[in-house]
Amino acid sequence: MSATAPIKRRAQVDIVEGAQTSRTRRALLAVIAVTAVLAVWAALSGLGFVNHVLVPSPADVARAAAAALRDGSLAKNTAASLLRVVEGFGVAVLVAMPLGIAMGISSTTRGLLEPLIELLRPVPPIAFIPLAILWFGIGETSKVMIIAYGAFFPIFINTMAGLADVDLVHIRAAQTLGAKRYDLFKDVVLPSAFPQMVTGARLGMGMAFIVLVAAELVASSEGLGYLINDARFSFRTDQIFVGIITIGLLGLALNKGLLEAERRLLRWKFL
Amino acid sequence: MSILVRPNPSQKTHAIVEAAIRPVSIRIDALEVRYGEHLALARVDLDIYTGEFVCLLGPSGCGKTTLLNAIAGFVDASGGRAEVNGKAVEGPAPDRGVVFQEYALFPWWTVEKNIQYGPRLRGLRGDELKAISDSYCRLVGLEGSAQRYPNQLSGGMRQRVAIARALANRPEILLMDEPFGALDAMTRQGLQDELLRIWEAERRTFVFVTHSIAEAVFLADRIVVMTAHPGRIKRVIANTTPRPRSRTSEEHFEMYRAVDLLFQEEARTKPDAEVAR
Repeated sequence: MSATAPIKRRAQVDIVEGAQTSRTRRALLAVIAVTAVLAVWAALSGLGFVNHVLVPSPADVARAAAAALRDGSLAKNTAASLLRVVEGFGVAVLVAMPLGIAMGISSTTRGLLEPLIELLRPVPPIAFIPLAILWFGIGETSKVMIIAYGAFFPIFINTMAGLADVDLVHIRAAQTLGAKRYDLFKDVVLPSAFPQMVTGARLGMGMAFIVLVAAELVASSEGLGYLINDARFSFRTDQIFVGIITIGLLGLALNKGLLEAERRLLRWKFL
Repeated sequence: MSILVRPNPSQKTHAIVEAAIRPVSIRIDALEVRYGEHLALARVDLDIYTGEFVCLLGPSGCGKTTLLNAIAGFVDASGGRAEVNGKAVEGPAPDRGVVFQEYALFPWWTVEKNIQYGPRLRGLRGDELKAISDSYCRLVGLEGSAQRYPNQLSGGMRQRVAIARALANRPEILLMDEPFGALDAMTRQGLQDELLRIWEAERRTFVFVTHSIAEAVFLADRIVVMTAHPGRIKRVIANTTPRPRSRTSEEHFEMYRAVDLLFQEEARTKPDAEVAR
Protein backbone atom coordinates (compact mmCIF):
# COMPACT_ATOMS: atom_id res chain seq x y z
CA MET A 1 0.00 0.00 0.00
CA SER A 2 1.42 3.40 -0.94
CA ALA A 3 1.85 6.01 1.75
CA THR A 4 -0.81 8.29 0.30
CA ALA A 5 -3.56 5.69 -0.02
CA PRO A 6 -6.47 6.37 2.30
CA ILE A 7 -6.71 4.03 5.22
CA LYS A 8 -9.99 2.15 5.16
CA ARG A 9 -11.77 1.67 8.41
CA ARG A 10 -14.91 -0.08 7.32
CA ALA A 11 -16.41 -0.91 10.70
CA GLN A 12 -16.06 2.62 12.04
CA VAL A 13 -17.50 4.15 8.91
CA ASP A 14 -20.46 1.83 9.25
CA ILE A 15 -21.19 3.01 12.78
CA VAL A 16 -20.67 6.69 12.08
CA GLU A 17 -22.66 6.69 8.86
CA GLY A 18 -25.23 4.21 10.07
CA ALA A 19 -28.25 5.92 8.53
CA GLN A 20 -26.50 7.00 5.36
CA THR A 21 -26.02 3.70 3.57
CA SER A 22 -26.54 3.87 -0.17
CA ARG A 23 -29.91 3.60 -1.85
CA THR A 24 -29.20 0.30 -3.63
CA ARG A 25 -27.85 -1.24 -0.45
CA ARG A 26 -31.01 -0.26 1.44
CA ALA A 27 -33.24 -1.63 -1.34
CA LEU A 28 -31.29 -4.89 -1.31
CA LEU A 29 -31.67 -5.22 2.47
CA ALA A 30 -35.40 -4.54 2.21
CA VAL A 31 -35.81 -7.26 -0.43
CA ILE A 32 -33.83 -9.71 1.73
CA ALA A 33 -36.01 -8.97 4.77
CA VAL A 34 -39.30 -9.38 2.91
CA THR A 35 -38.10 -12.56 1.17
CA ALA A 36 -36.97 -14.04 4.48
CA VAL A 37 -40.34 -13.43 6.11
CA LEU A 38 -42.17 -14.93 3.13
CA ALA A 39 -39.86 -17.98 3.13
CA VAL A 40 -40.35 -18.65 6.86
CA TRP A 41 -44.09 -18.15 6.49
CA ALA A 42 -44.27 -20.53 3.49
CA ALA A 43 -42.13 -23.11 5.28
CA LEU A 44 -44.24 -23.02 8.44
CA SER A 45 -47.53 -23.51 6.57
CA GLY A 46 -45.97 -26.00 4.09
CA LEU A 47 -44.66 -28.19 6.90
CA GLY A 48 -48.04 -28.10 8.58
CA PHE A 49 -46.94 -26.27 11.74
CA VAL A 50 -49.91 -23.90 11.53
CA ASN A 51 -53.61 -24.31 10.96
CA HIS A 52 -54.38 -23.50 7.31
CA VAL A 53 -57.75 -22.02 8.12
CA LEU A 54 -56.28 -19.53 10.61
CA VAL A 55 -53.01 -18.83 8.80
CA PRO A 56 -53.22 -19.21 5.04
CA SER A 57 -50.06 -19.88 3.05
CA PRO A 58 -48.47 -17.08 1.00
CA ALA A 59 -49.75 -18.84 -2.11
CA ASP A 60 -53.35 -18.80 -0.78
CA VAL A 61 -53.05 -15.08 -0.07
CA ALA A 62 -51.64 -14.45 -3.55
CA ARG A 63 -54.53 -16.35 -5.09
CA ALA A 64 -57.07 -14.40 -3.05
CA ALA A 65 -55.38 -11.14 -4.05
CA ALA A 66 -55.50 -12.12 -7.72
CA ALA A 67 -59.18 -12.97 -7.41
CA ALA A 68 -59.97 -9.69 -5.65
CA LEU A 69 -58.09 -7.78 -8.32
CA ARG A 70 -59.90 -9.66 -11.10
CA ASP A 71 -63.43 -9.08 -9.82
CA GLY A 72 -62.62 -5.43 -9.03
CA SER A 73 -63.56 -5.68 -5.35
CA LEU A 74 -60.06 -4.73 -4.16
CA ALA A 75 -59.94 -1.66 -6.37
CA LYS A 76 -63.47 -0.62 -5.39
CA ASN A 77 -62.83 -0.97 -1.66
CA THR A 78 -59.46 0.76 -1.87
CA ALA A 79 -60.98 3.66 -3.80
CA ALA A 80 -63.79 3.99 -1.25
CA SER A 81 -61.28 4.10 1.61
CA LEU A 82 -59.01 6.59 -0.13
CA LEU A 83 -61.91 8.91 -0.88
CA ARG A 84 -62.89 8.93 2.82
CA VAL A 85 -59.32 9.65 3.88
CA VAL A 86 -59.04 12.53 1.45
CA GLU A 87 -62.39 14.00 2.50
CA GLY A 88 -61.74 13.65 6.22
CA PHE A 89 -58.22 14.99 5.83
CA GLY A 90 -59.51 17.94 3.80
CA VAL A 91 -62.04 18.85 6.48
CA ALA A 92 -59.33 18.56 9.14
CA VAL A 93 -56.96 20.89 7.25
CA LEU A 94 -59.72 23.44 6.64
CA VAL A 95 -60.57 23.59 10.34
CA ALA A 96 -57.20 22.95 12.01
CA MET A 97 -54.98 25.34 10.07
CA PRO A 98 -57.07 28.52 10.46
CA LEU A 99 -57.73 27.66 14.10
CA GLY A 100 -54.04 26.95 14.73
CA ILE A 101 -53.09 30.24 13.05
CA ALA A 102 -55.70 32.18 15.04
CA MET A 103 -54.42 30.68 18.29
CA GLY A 104 -50.81 31.13 17.24
CA ILE A 105 -51.14 34.88 16.69
CA SER A 106 -53.74 35.87 19.31
CA SER A 107 -53.21 35.14 22.98
CA THR A 108 -56.91 35.80 23.67
CA THR A 109 -58.03 33.13 21.23
CA ARG A 110 -55.40 30.82 22.64
CA GLY A 111 -56.55 31.42 26.22
CA LEU A 112 -60.16 30.76 25.26
CA LEU A 113 -59.71 27.64 23.15
CA GLU A 114 -56.68 25.92 24.63
CA PRO A 115 -58.49 24.44 27.69
CA LEU A 116 -61.24 23.02 25.47
CA ILE A 117 -58.79 21.50 23.05
CA GLU A 118 -56.61 20.08 25.81
CA LEU A 119 -59.72 18.41 27.21
CA LEU A 120 -60.62 16.81 23.89
CA ARG A 121 -57.10 15.81 22.92
CA PRO A 122 -56.75 12.69 25.13
CA VAL A 123 -60.03 11.24 23.81
CA PRO A 124 -59.16 8.75 21.05
CA PRO A 125 -61.16 9.19 17.83
CA ILE A 126 -62.50 5.65 18.15
CA ALA A 127 -64.36 6.67 21.30
CA PHE A 128 -66.46 9.00 19.16
CA ILE A 129 -67.57 6.33 16.68
CA PRO A 130 -70.82 5.37 18.52
CA LEU A 131 -71.72 9.04 18.94
CA ALA A 132 -70.91 9.80 15.31
CA ILE A 133 -73.14 6.97 14.15
CA LEU A 134 -76.02 8.31 16.26
CA TRP A 135 -75.46 11.86 15.02
CA PHE A 136 -74.58 11.32 11.38
CA GLY A 137 -75.93 7.80 10.69
CA ILE A 138 -73.87 4.93 9.32
CA GLY A 139 -73.31 6.66 5.98
CA GLU A 140 -70.26 8.55 4.74
CA THR A 141 -70.67 11.58 6.97
CA SER A 142 -69.98 9.79 10.25
CA LYS A 143 -66.80 8.19 8.89
CA VAL A 144 -65.53 11.42 7.33
CA MET A 145 -66.16 13.28 10.60
CA ILE A 146 -64.31 10.66 12.67
CA ILE A 147 -61.37 10.74 10.28
CA ALA A 148 -61.38 14.55 10.35
CA TYR A 149 -61.36 14.48 14.15
CA GLY A 150 -58.39 12.11 14.19
CA ALA A 151 -56.41 14.15 11.67
CA PHE A 152 -57.27 17.46 13.33
CA PHE A 153 -54.91 17.31 16.31
CA PRO A 154 -51.56 16.69 14.63
CA ILE A 155 -52.31 19.43 12.09
CA PHE A 156 -53.65 21.87 14.64
CA ILE A 157 -50.92 21.39 17.24
CA ASN A 158 -48.10 21.64 14.71
CA THR A 159 -49.60 24.74 13.11
CA MET A 160 -49.86 26.46 16.48
CA ALA A 161 -46.37 25.40 17.54
CA GLY A 162 -44.93 26.52 14.21
CA LEU A 163 -46.41 29.97 14.62
CA ALA A 164 -45.22 30.24 18.21
CA ASP A 165 -41.70 29.25 17.13
CA VAL A 166 -41.00 32.23 14.87
CA ASP A 167 -37.49 33.57 15.41
CA LEU A 168 -37.52 37.04 16.97
CA VAL A 169 -34.48 38.04 14.93
CA HIS A 170 -36.45 37.44 11.70
CA ILE A 171 -39.25 39.66 12.97
CA ARG A 172 -36.74 42.36 13.88
CA ALA A 173 -34.94 42.10 10.56
CA ALA A 174 -38.22 42.51 8.69
CA GLN A 175 -39.24 45.48 10.85
CA THR A 176 -35.99 47.31 10.10
CA LEU A 177 -36.73 46.79 6.41
CA GLY A 178 -40.11 48.48 6.86
CA ALA A 179 -42.48 45.55 7.43
CA LYS A 180 -45.78 46.37 9.14
CA ARG A 181 -48.04 43.96 11.05
CA TYR A 182 -49.64 42.37 8.00
CA ASP A 183 -46.30 42.13 6.15
CA LEU A 184 -44.77 40.40 9.17
CA PHE A 185 -47.57 37.84 9.19
CA LYS A 186 -47.51 37.18 5.47
CA ASP A 187 -43.78 37.34 4.80
CA VAL A 188 -42.21 36.11 8.04
CA VAL A 189 -44.60 34.33 10.41
CA LEU A 190 -46.39 32.14 7.86
CA PRO A 191 -43.31 31.12 5.83
CA SER A 192 -41.36 30.26 8.97
CA ALA A 193 -44.27 28.23 10.39
CA PHE A 194 -44.96 26.53 7.07
CA PRO A 195 -42.51 23.61 7.45
CA GLN A 196 -44.09 22.57 10.71
CA MET A 197 -47.56 22.97 9.22
CA VAL A 198 -46.57 20.59 6.43
CA THR A 199 -45.16 18.12 8.96
CA GLY A 200 -48.45 18.36 10.85
CA ALA A 201 -50.35 17.63 7.66
CA ARG A 202 -48.24 14.54 7.04
CA LEU A 203 -48.81 13.26 10.58
CA GLY A 204 -52.50 14.10 10.25
CA MET A 205 -52.70 12.04 7.09
CA GLY A 206 -51.17 9.07 8.93
CA MET A 207 -53.70 9.49 11.71
CA ALA A 208 -56.56 9.74 9.21
CA PHE A 209 -55.50 6.41 7.76
CA ILE A 210 -55.45 4.69 11.15
CA VAL A 211 -58.85 6.06 12.10
CA LEU A 212 -60.29 5.15 8.72
CA VAL A 213 -59.88 1.41 9.20
CA ALA A 214 -61.35 1.56 12.71
CA ALA A 215 -64.36 3.51 11.47
CA GLU A 216 -64.90 1.11 8.59
CA LEU A 217 -64.69 -1.94 10.86
CA VAL A 218 -67.65 -0.72 12.87
CA ALA A 219 -70.18 0.10 10.21
CA SER A 220 -69.76 0.25 6.46
CA SER A 221 -70.65 -1.51 3.23
CA GLU A 222 -67.40 -0.86 1.40
CA GLY A 223 -63.80 0.03 2.07
CA LEU A 224 -60.73 -1.90 3.23
CA GLY A 225 -61.96 -2.11 6.82
CA TYR A 226 -65.23 -3.52 5.52
CA LEU A 227 -63.34 -6.04 3.35
CA ILE A 228 -61.47 -7.35 6.41
CA ASN A 229 -64.52 -7.51 8.61
CA ASP A 230 -66.69 -9.10 5.93
CA ALA A 231 -64.11 -11.85 5.30
CA ARG A 232 -64.20 -12.69 9.00
CA PHE A 233 -67.84 -13.83 8.73
CA SER A 234 -66.99 -16.33 5.97
CA PHE A 235 -63.76 -17.43 7.66
CA ARG A 236 -61.75 -16.22 4.65
CA THR A 237 -58.46 -15.47 6.44
CA ASP A 238 -56.74 -15.27 3.05
CA GLN A 239 -58.95 -12.26 2.21
CA ILE A 240 -58.23 -10.72 5.61
CA PHE A 241 -54.52 -11.00 4.83
CA VAL A 242 -55.09 -9.36 1.45
CA GLY A 243 -56.90 -6.47 3.16
CA ILE A 244 -54.20 -6.03 5.79
CA ILE A 245 -51.36 -6.14 3.27
CA THR A 246 -53.20 -3.63 1.05
CA ILE A 247 -53.60 -1.27 4.01
CA GLY A 248 -49.90 -1.61 4.78
CA LEU A 249 -48.84 -0.93 1.21
CA LEU A 250 -51.24 1.98 0.86
CA GLY A 251 -50.04 3.57 4.10
CA LEU A 252 -46.44 3.15 3.02
CA ALA A 253 -47.16 4.72 -0.37
CA LEU A 254 -49.07 7.63 1.20
CA ASN A 255 -46.27 8.38 3.64
CA LYS A 256 -43.60 8.20 0.92
CA GLY A 257 -45.69 10.43 -1.31
CA LEU A 258 -46.20 12.99 1.44
CA LEU A 259 -42.51 12.99 2.34
CA GLU A 260 -41.74 13.66 -1.31
CA ALA A 261 -44.35 16.45 -1.41
CA GLU A 262 -42.77 17.93 1.73
CA ARG A 263 -39.37 17.89 0.05
CA ARG A 264 -40.72 19.69 -2.98
CA LEU A 265 -42.76 22.25 -1.06
CA LEU A 266 -39.86 23.04 1.28
CA ARG A 267 -36.99 22.88 -1.16
CA TRP A 268 -35.04 25.52 0.75
CA LYS A 269 -34.95 23.33 3.88
CA PHE A 270 -33.32 20.34 2.25
CA LEU A 271 -30.50 22.10 0.44
CA MET B 1 2.18 60.53 17.31
CA SER B 2 -0.65 62.31 18.96
CA ILE B 3 -3.77 60.49 19.93
CA LEU B 4 -6.79 62.53 20.82
CA VAL B 5 -8.23 60.92 23.92
CA ARG B 6 -11.33 62.74 24.98
CA PRO B 7 -12.71 62.07 28.47
CA ASN B 8 -16.46 61.78 28.71
CA PRO B 9 -17.40 64.98 30.62
CA SER B 10 -15.79 67.39 28.13
CA GLN B 11 -17.34 65.57 25.24
CA LYS B 12 -20.61 67.48 25.27
CA THR B 13 -19.03 70.90 24.77
CA HIS B 14 -16.79 69.46 22.13
CA ALA B 15 -19.79 67.93 20.41
CA ILE B 16 -21.48 71.31 20.20
CA VAL B 17 -18.48 72.78 18.41
CA GLU B 18 -18.25 69.86 16.05
CA ALA B 19 -21.99 69.77 15.39
CA ALA B 20 -21.69 73.20 13.80
CA ILE B 21 -19.57 71.62 11.11
CA ARG B 22 -21.06 68.11 10.85
CA PRO B 23 -24.74 67.33 11.37
CA VAL B 24 -25.56 64.96 14.19
CA SER B 25 -27.19 61.77 12.95
CA ILE B 26 -27.73 59.96 16.25
CA ARG B 27 -27.92 61.66 19.63
CA ILE B 28 -27.89 59.57 22.80
CA ASP B 29 -29.02 61.73 25.70
CA ALA B 30 -28.70 60.40 29.28
CA LEU B 31 -29.94 57.06 28.02
CA GLU B 32 -30.58 54.39 30.61
CA VAL B 33 -31.82 50.85 29.90
CA ARG B 34 -32.92 48.36 32.53
CA TYR B 35 -33.95 44.77 32.07
CA GLY B 36 -36.07 44.29 35.18
CA GLU B 37 -33.66 44.90 38.08
CA HIS B 38 -30.56 44.66 35.92
CA LEU B 39 -29.05 47.98 34.83
CA ALA B 40 -27.74 47.25 31.32
CA LEU B 41 -26.88 50.82 30.38
CA ALA B 42 -26.29 53.63 32.89
CA ARG B 43 -26.84 57.22 31.69
CA VAL B 44 -24.99 57.25 28.41
CA ASP B 45 -24.34 60.38 26.32
CA LEU B 46 -23.04 60.16 22.78
CA ASP B 47 -23.33 62.03 19.48
CA ILE B 48 -22.72 60.24 16.20
CA TYR B 49 -22.26 62.40 13.12
CA THR B 50 -23.67 61.85 9.67
CA GLY B 51 -21.41 59.72 7.51
CA GLU B 52 -19.25 58.68 10.44
CA PHE B 53 -18.00 55.14 11.13
CA VAL B 54 -18.30 54.54 14.87
CA CYS B 55 -17.36 51.35 16.70
CA LEU B 56 -18.85 50.46 20.07
CA LEU B 57 -16.10 48.44 21.75
CA GLY B 58 -16.11 46.57 25.03
CA PRO B 59 -16.34 43.25 26.86
CA SER B 60 -19.58 41.29 27.09
CA GLY B 61 -22.00 42.88 29.52
CA CYS B 62 -20.81 46.43 28.75
CA GLY B 63 -24.12 47.31 27.11
CA LYS B 64 -22.78 47.83 23.58
CA THR B 65 -25.48 45.66 22.02
CA THR B 66 -28.09 47.23 24.28
CA LEU B 67 -27.02 50.68 23.05
CA LEU B 68 -27.25 49.49 19.44
CA ASN B 69 -30.66 47.93 20.11
CA ALA B 70 -31.88 51.20 21.64
CA ILE B 71 -30.85 53.05 18.47
CA ALA B 72 -32.51 50.35 16.34
CA GLY B 73 -35.68 50.65 18.44
CA PHE B 74 -35.66 47.05 19.69
CA VAL B 75 -35.48 48.03 23.38
CA ASP B 76 -37.15 50.91 25.21
CA ALA B 77 -35.28 53.49 27.25
CA SER B 78 -35.90 53.40 31.01
CA GLY B 79 -34.55 56.95 31.16
CA GLY B 80 -33.21 59.57 28.76
CA ARG B 81 -33.59 59.06 25.04
CA ALA B 82 -32.10 58.05 21.73
CA GLU B 83 -32.71 60.46 18.84
CA VAL B 84 -32.23 60.02 15.14
CA ASN B 85 -32.22 63.24 13.11
CA GLY B 86 -33.69 65.07 16.09
CA LYS B 87 -36.61 62.69 16.51
CA ALA B 88 -36.91 60.26 19.41
CA VAL B 89 -36.62 56.62 18.40
CA GLU B 90 -39.95 54.81 18.58
CA GLY B 91 -39.45 51.25 17.41
CA PRO B 92 -37.60 49.89 14.39
CA ALA B 93 -37.94 51.73 11.07
CA PRO B 94 -36.36 51.50 7.63
CA ASP B 95 -34.18 54.62 8.13
CA ARG B 96 -31.98 52.39 10.35
CA GLY B 97 -30.81 49.19 8.68
CA VAL B 98 -29.52 46.41 10.92
CA VAL B 99 -27.03 43.62 10.30
CA PHE B 100 -27.25 40.90 12.94
CA GLN B 101 -24.51 38.60 14.19
CA GLU B 102 -26.68 35.58 13.38
CA TYR B 103 -27.33 36.94 9.83
CA ALA B 104 -31.14 36.76 10.23
CA LEU B 105 -31.62 36.01 6.54
CA PHE B 106 -35.02 34.66 5.55
CA PRO B 107 -34.15 31.04 4.70
CA TRP B 108 -37.32 30.54 2.62
CA TRP B 109 -36.18 33.11 0.05
CA THR B 110 -33.28 33.18 -2.37
CA VAL B 111 -30.42 35.64 -1.96
CA GLU B 112 -32.08 37.88 -4.56
CA LYS B 113 -35.47 37.84 -2.81
CA ASN B 114 -33.83 38.59 0.54
CA ILE B 115 -32.09 41.65 -0.90
CA GLN B 116 -35.27 42.81 -2.64
CA TYR B 117 -37.47 42.62 0.46
CA GLY B 118 -36.99 46.19 1.75
CA PRO B 119 -37.49 47.82 -1.68
CA ARG B 120 -40.48 45.53 -2.29
CA LEU B 121 -42.09 46.78 0.93
CA ARG B 122 -41.60 50.31 -0.40
CA GLY B 123 -43.72 49.32 -3.39
CA LEU B 124 -41.08 48.70 -6.03
CA ARG B 125 -41.81 45.91 -8.51
CA GLY B 126 -40.37 43.86 -11.37
CA ASP B 127 -37.41 45.36 -13.21
CA GLU B 128 -36.74 47.99 -10.56
CA LEU B 129 -36.33 45.25 -7.95
CA LYS B 130 -34.15 43.22 -10.27
CA ALA B 131 -31.90 46.22 -10.89
CA ILE B 132 -31.51 46.82 -7.16
CA SER B 133 -30.71 43.22 -6.26
CA ASP B 134 -28.28 42.95 -9.18
CA SER B 135 -26.41 46.07 -8.16
CA TYR B 136 -26.19 45.10 -4.47
CA CYS B 137 -25.19 41.52 -5.30
CA ARG B 138 -22.37 43.08 -7.30
CA LEU B 139 -21.48 45.44 -4.45
CA VAL B 140 -20.87 42.54 -2.07
CA GLY B 141 -19.46 40.17 -4.71
CA LEU B 142 -22.34 37.67 -4.89
CA GLU B 143 -23.25 37.98 -8.58
CA GLY B 144 -23.20 34.22 -9.10
CA SER B 145 -25.30 33.37 -6.05
CA ALA B 146 -28.46 35.42 -6.57
CA GLN B 147 -30.64 32.34 -7.06
CA ARG B 148 -29.21 30.33 -4.17
CA TYR B 149 -30.81 29.88 -0.77
CA PRO B 150 -29.15 31.01 2.49
CA ASN B 151 -28.71 27.35 3.55
CA GLN B 152 -26.40 26.86 0.58
CA LEU B 153 -24.03 29.67 1.59
CA SER B 154 -21.04 29.85 3.92
CA GLY B 155 -21.11 32.13 6.96
CA GLY B 156 -19.11 34.82 5.20
CA MET B 157 -21.40 34.77 2.17
CA ARG B 158 -24.49 34.93 4.38
CA GLN B 159 -23.17 38.02 6.09
CA ARG B 160 -22.51 39.62 2.69
CA VAL B 161 -26.15 38.98 1.81
CA ALA B 162 -27.26 40.46 5.12
CA ILE B 163 -25.20 43.61 4.47
CA ALA B 164 -26.55 43.84 0.91
CA ARG B 165 -30.12 43.37 2.14
CA ALA B 166 -29.76 46.16 4.69
CA LEU B 167 -28.06 48.56 2.24
CA ALA B 168 -30.46 47.83 -0.64
CA ASN B 169 -33.17 49.53 1.42
CA ARG B 170 -31.00 52.68 1.39
CA PRO B 171 -31.08 53.39 5.13
CA GLU B 172 -29.44 56.56 6.42
CA ILE B 173 -27.82 54.57 9.20
CA LEU B 174 -26.44 51.04 9.19
CA LEU B 175 -26.30 49.36 12.60
CA MET B 176 -24.15 46.23 12.87
CA ASP B 177 -24.10 43.93 15.90
CA GLU B 178 -20.83 41.95 15.88
CA PRO B 179 -21.54 41.01 12.28
CA PHE B 180 -18.25 39.17 11.82
CA GLY B 181 -18.18 37.56 15.27
CA ALA B 182 -19.01 34.06 14.04
CA LEU B 183 -16.53 34.06 11.14
CA ASP B 184 -12.98 32.74 10.96
CA ALA B 185 -10.15 35.27 11.10
CA MET B 186 -9.34 35.23 7.37
CA THR B 187 -12.95 35.65 6.23
CA ARG B 188 -13.34 38.33 8.85
CA GLN B 189 -10.45 40.40 7.51
CA GLY B 190 -11.75 40.08 3.96
CA LEU B 191 -15.17 41.33 5.02
CA GLN B 192 -13.66 44.20 7.02
CA ASP B 193 -11.85 45.35 3.88
CA GLU B 194 -15.06 45.11 1.89
CA LEU B 195 -17.08 46.90 4.53
CA LEU B 196 -14.68 49.86 4.40
CA ARG B 197 -14.88 49.91 0.62
CA ILE B 198 -18.70 49.87 0.82
CA TRP B 199 -18.72 52.60 3.47
CA GLU B 200 -16.49 54.79 1.33
CA ALA B 201 -18.74 54.18 -1.69
CA GLU B 202 -22.08 54.66 0.11
CA ARG B 203 -21.09 57.26 2.72
CA ARG B 204 -23.70 56.39 5.29
CA THR B 205 -23.50 56.49 9.06
CA PHE B 206 -22.14 53.14 10.26
CA VAL B 207 -22.40 52.01 13.89
CA PHE B 208 -20.52 48.78 14.47
CA VAL B 209 -20.48 46.73 17.68
CA THR B 210 -17.41 44.62 18.36
CA HIS B 211 -15.32 43.20 21.18
CA SER B 212 -12.20 43.13 19.02
CA ILE B 213 -9.82 46.06 19.55
CA ALA B 214 -8.06 45.34 16.25
CA GLU B 215 -11.37 45.40 14.39
CA ALA B 216 -12.40 48.73 15.93
CA VAL B 217 -8.98 50.28 15.25
CA PHE B 218 -9.06 49.09 11.65
CA LEU B 219 -12.61 50.28 10.90
CA ALA B 220 -13.68 53.23 13.01
CA ASP B 221 -13.42 57.01 12.80
CA ARG B 222 -14.17 57.07 16.49
CA ILE B 223 -14.04 54.24 19.00
CA VAL B 224 -16.53 54.30 21.86
CA VAL B 225 -14.84 52.35 24.66
CA MET B 226 -17.42 50.83 26.99
CA THR B 227 -17.09 49.06 30.33
CA ALA B 228 -19.37 46.73 32.26
CA HIS B 229 -21.15 46.64 35.65
CA PRO B 230 -23.05 48.72 34.84
CA GLY B 231 -22.67 49.32 31.11
CA ARG B 232 -21.32 52.81 30.40
CA ILE B 233 -19.01 54.75 28.11
CA LYS B 234 -15.50 55.07 29.48
CA ARG B 235 -13.93 57.08 26.67
CA VAL B 236 -14.57 58.14 23.12
CA ILE B 237 -11.36 57.93 21.14
CA ALA B 238 -10.82 59.67 17.82
CA ASN B 239 -9.03 57.14 15.67
CA THR B 240 -6.27 59.12 14.00
CA THR B 241 -4.91 56.19 11.98
CA PRO B 242 -4.78 57.52 8.41
CA ARG B 243 -6.88 55.90 5.68
CA PRO B 244 -6.42 53.76 3.64
CA ARG B 245 -5.47 51.67 6.63
CA SER B 246 -3.11 48.80 7.07
CA ARG B 247 -3.28 46.17 9.79
CA THR B 248 0.51 46.10 9.97
CA SER B 249 1.26 49.84 10.11
CA GLU B 250 2.96 51.53 13.08
CA GLU B 251 -0.08 53.80 13.49
CA HIS B 252 -2.37 50.80 13.74
CA PHE B 253 -0.28 49.22 16.53
CA GLU B 254 0.04 52.60 18.28
CA MET B 255 -3.73 53.03 18.34
CA TYR B 256 -4.24 49.39 19.35
CA ARG B 257 -1.92 49.87 22.32
CA ALA B 258 -3.68 53.06 23.42
CA VAL B 259 -7.06 51.32 23.44
CA ASP B 260 -5.71 48.18 25.09
CA LEU B 261 -4.15 50.29 27.85
CA LEU B 262 -7.56 51.74 28.59
CA PHE B 263 -8.98 48.28 29.21
CA GLN B 264 -5.95 47.29 31.32
CA GLU B 265 -6.43 50.43 33.41
CA GLU B 266 -10.09 49.51 33.83
CA ALA B 267 -9.13 46.00 34.95
CA ARG B 268 -6.73 47.47 37.56
CA THR B 269 -9.28 49.85 39.04
CA LYS B 270 -12.04 47.22 39.11
CA PRO B 271 -10.18 43.95 39.68
CA ASP B 272 -13.24 42.18 41.07
CA ALA B 273 -15.49 43.19 38.19
CA GLU B 274 -15.33 39.88 36.40
CA VAL B 275 -15.66 37.89 39.61
CA ALA B 276 -18.68 39.90 40.72
CA ARG B 277 -20.62 38.64 37.73
